[in-house]
Amino acid sequence: MKRLLSRLGLRTLALAYLALILVGPLAVVFWRTFEDGFGPAWDALTTPETLNAFKLTLIITAIAVPVNTVFGIVCALAIVRRRFRGKGLLNAFIDLPLALSPVVVGLALFLLYGRDGWFGSWLDDRGIEVLFALPAMVIATIFVSLPFVAREVVPTLREIGDDQEQAARTLGASGWQTFWRITLPSIRWAVIYGVILTTARCLGEYGAVAVVSGRLQGETETATLRVQERYEAFDLAGAYAISIVLALIAILVLVAMTVIRPKEGTA
Amino acid sequence: MVMVGLPLAALMWEATSEGTQSFRDAVSSPEAVAALKLTLGASLAVAVLNAVLGTITAWVLVRDDFRGKTVVNAIIDLPFALPTIVAGLTLLALYGPTSPVGIDVAFSRTSIVLALMFVTLPFVVRTVQPVLQELDPELEEAAHSLGASTWTTFRRIVLPNILPGILSGVALAFAKAVGEFGSLVIITGNIPFETEVSSVHIYGRIESGDSAGAAAVAVVLLAISFATLVSIGVIRHFATRHDR
Repeated sequence: MKRLLSRLGLRTLALAYLALILVGPLAVVFWRTFEDGFGPAWDALTTPETLNAFKLTLIITAIAVPVNTVFGIVCALAIVRRRFRGKGLLNAFIDLPLALSPVVVGLALFLLYGRDGWFGSWLDDRGIEVLFALPAMVIATIFVSLPFVAREVVPTLREIGDDQEQAARTLGASGWQTFWRITLPSIRWAVIYGVILTTARCLGEYGAVAVVSGRLQGETETATLRVQERYEAFDLAGAYAISIVLALIAILVLVAMTVIRPKEGTA
Repeated sequence: MVMVGLPLAALMWEATSEGTQSFRDAVSSPEAVAALKLTLGASLAVAVLNAVLGTITAWVLVRDDFRGKTVVNAIIDLPFALPTIVAGLTLLALYGPTSPVGIDVAFSRTSIVLALMFVTLPFVVRTVQPVLQELDPELEEAAHSLGASTWTTFRRIVLPNILPGILSGVALAFAKAVGEFGSLVIITGNIPFETEVSSVHIYGRIESGDSAGAAAVAVVLLAISFATLVSIGVIRHFATRHDR
């Protein structure tokens, strides 16, 4: 009886905690946004600036995700299958973007590509715009979402071992063939899982992009920057409407994660 | 490597470009010190809260059974999927001036803790959950049948096993909390000496054109992040050595 009570008590506590911190706030925003029906939210979303912000976010994500997927797989293969000097360092470096403040990331890139930065004058001479333009925003986004694919793939690669790969090699398969036919199919769920996490991070990046974008309205303003801009312009309805779209994407991400997670072990 | 290393090298360079004296001045300016103290204090508080609430949540998700557990389990990852700026805005909607329940903590230090709790929620849950799943419930049953109370069983049987998981989750949450920016800009109001954390302080210095000062404070945050990562490595090392 006492155990049942403590079990129920803990369950209530955990659920209340999640409700107060996670679900409650989001529910209020949903409620506030659709308080007056879909019309106002739709109008707030379809202003040219907001549409442009979403377009920019999608462009950045469309570049950053494939880059990080390839990079993540290569890094994971290097970490698990190869032995080389500085492997420990690579291992530590790959986690660093997870622990770093996005503002620090943005500042570091700002100092590298800014007018007084290391590459600044070289780029300036050639008329290449990086800072306060799309390239810097893409680089910042790639930086912050760098580790996700590698982190998902590394444990899976360790688990499957390299017996099959070696068998393929002995049977005369080239390295490339082995990768496409043997390695990639067995890590595919880990890769997909990593890609989902990377996509979520890219769509939601704020701090690093805020520093390197210059936040030029209609030009270098992503969806997340637009949320902040609308909030500061006292257009709460606009900020909520964009937030709702981003939150719906986040919920889709959660659904995808839940569907894929159980398959990880069996893949 | 180049991708991560080069920008950080540029950061270190800028921080020290005007000599160690100006580095020290930037880091020890009253506003920077106040921001750093606040950042560390709030992050520590949030890390401790996470250790307790995260462990309870993980325990409920593994050992308890109820309707809708799959949904609850999926919701844990919401802070990973939701943009931080949206997180800040949603927290403000419930706990701000327009709160439907009349709780207003906006622009106060409580709001910092609240936002950090949101963004760090998954870490401890997700590091403790797999360890608990591996842990045989029969051990706990045995302790119970020998007359141990729930608390004793937890303290003597469960806790020693999940402690490395809790610690590495706490360290991850701490690292995330120290660097957090997006969720804080809206809800804290960024009042210097009051609710301005280090990342916001750095951002302010960049905006006002003091990139050397910003870089100096950023190097301090970088050092904290790095130290936290190293300690996670150490925890993992000891945890796996124990298994062998």
